[in-house]
Amino acid sequence: MTQINVERIKLFSTRSPYWCLALIPVFGIGFTVLISLVDQGSAASLESSQAWAGFAISIVMVMSALAITTEYRFGTIRSSFLAVPKRGRVLAAKAVLLAVVSLVTVEITSLIAFNLMKAIRGPQSSAADFVLNSSGDYRVLWGPGVVCAMAAVLALGVGALVRQSAGAIAILLLWPLLVENLFQLFGKFGRTVYPWLPFNAGNRVFAGAEADARQTARLNGSETVSVPNWWEGGLVFLGVTMLIYLAALVAINRRDA
Amino acid sequence: MIEAVGLTKRYGKTVAVNELSFTVQPGVVTGFLGPNGAGKSTTMRMILGLDQPTAGRVLIDGQPYNHIKDPLTKIGSLLDANWMHPNRSARAHLKWMAASNGIPTKRVAEVLDIVGLTAVAGKAAGKFSLGMKQRLGIAGALLGQPEILLFDEPVNGLDPEGIHWIRGFMKQLAKDGKTVFVSSHLLSEMAQTADHLVVIGKGRLIADASTADFITNSTTSTVRVRSPQLPQLQQILLAHGVEATLSGQFLAVSNSPIEQVGDLAAAAGLTLHELSTQQGSLEEAFINLTGDVVEYDTHTSSTTAQPMGAIAPEGK
Repeated sequence: MTQINVERIKLFSTRSPYWCLALIPVFGIGFTVLISLVDQGSAASLESSQAWAGFAISIVMVMSALAITTEYRFGTIRSSFLAVPKRGRVLAAKAVLLAVVSLVTVEITSLIAFNLMKAIRGPQSSAADFVLNSSGDYRVLWGPGVVCAMAAVLALGVGALVRQSAGAIAILLLWPLLVENLFQLFGKFGRTVYPWLPFNAGNRVFAGAEADARQTARLNGSETVSVPNWWEGGLVFLGVTMLIYLAALVAINRRDA
Repeated sequence: MIEAVGLTKRYGKTVAVNELSFTVQPGVVTGFLGPNGAGKSTTMRMILGLDQPTAGRVLIDGQPYNHIKDPLTKIGSLLDANWMHPNRSARAHLKWMAASNGIPTKRVAEVLDIVGLTAVAGKAAGKFSLGMKQRLGIAGALLGQPEILLFDEPVNGLDPEGIHWIRGFMKQLAKDGKTVFVSSHLLSEMAQTADHLVVIGKGRLIADASTADFITNSTTSTVRVRSPQLPQLQQILLAHGVEATLSGQFLAVSNSPIEQVGDLAAAAGLTLHELSTQQGSLEEAFINLTGDVVEYDTHTSSTTAQPMGAIAPEGK
């Protein structure tokens, strides 16, 4: 607990986390207003009220990666390890803090976005799309925050491994936005693996009710691939996050600071 | 007490620190001397658990640094004044350090006051001058009221005022009975503050002695004589087995006490304009000892004949 407080002082005594955390509701509300009003709200629904979740994941990852890469950039990581020589504690405290901060910010934004869209949606939308009546509906609402919390830990791990802001951010932005999509070009194998890649799998956590069951998607004619259901996808993302975190833990203990 | 035993650090084929063994005694200021690249910083990083030694170990009061609970309350250090986030205020920098080692927050204001940064405590550390950063770093070292303090080149790059402040500060710490281990490549600086010296070159121990012993044992004193009749004087001295070499307008006598030179001159009825002892400086001692173990030597004959010409021998 002490160590989490230490990391809280560190995180909130610099500017970048404020910017990052402010951008989440800005994007969230901006998207929500657009979708509510464009084309008289024809696209407005519970699912589309969370359409900004991908942005939130990216922003949270940038914030988390910077929380450790700036320590390497400015040499404060040494001050941190001098104060707390059990390096694993420093990493763990950062992980918990970043996960909680991300979770809370994104959950609040999710709730605001949902209620805002429900209130201002155009005439083309239907009230039935805004009724929370299944566990799948609650997943859509609360899922982005949970995925963001995991993404924060994943990004911290990448930051600790790479130790450079630019490198870490490049990896964390290109991986979900580009690298995973490239798999679709790699023949049948690539297309089979594609839905199970970490970020695609993670997105299933807050995908609509169809993610309650594993699906078989039919691609160009005869070829079919299986798509994880929400908890399978969540476990894939969680597993990758844990692996990266453990690799980072080993690395910071073995390397000279 | 800091105790290093067979401390070794290798980076690939380069040996930065080689089988270094020494102890830093409690309650005195120990200077850690060596030319640039001798391995001083690497040694200090190993003492503080930042770098893992390739071989050997270093203990602080019998414990490796990484096993000390709340280490800032036992050993305070300043290795690099630039290790701070440029957008974080001085106060916040000290606050997180205090929180991490269970140090009461009111101590932050105390140390800011000690180093004279109270007025700028809310300013971002990135806007500080090097001297101010150095003060902030020292505030961080003092935060836990540790018995042992470690400073790496604390006067490096400081203006005269800053150097004066640090010098006075070290003396105060020594007066308070703190154990201080401070590295430097400036020997004159160490001569004023350190009671004991650990001298290294190319990662190896060269000397581990009290400052006074180090100076007497590793410097030679010469007698300097000026006279209008130098050639005659030289002949007389040489005839009595005294090594006297003519250098410019004076004679340098190396193996004879000053009294004998004076007596011989008086017996021959020669006029003397000057008769004085020249004590070799700490710089000379240092260069004599480390001259052959400087990592980045220039390999020119002129530099070995008169290394660092800017440093003139101090007359004593």
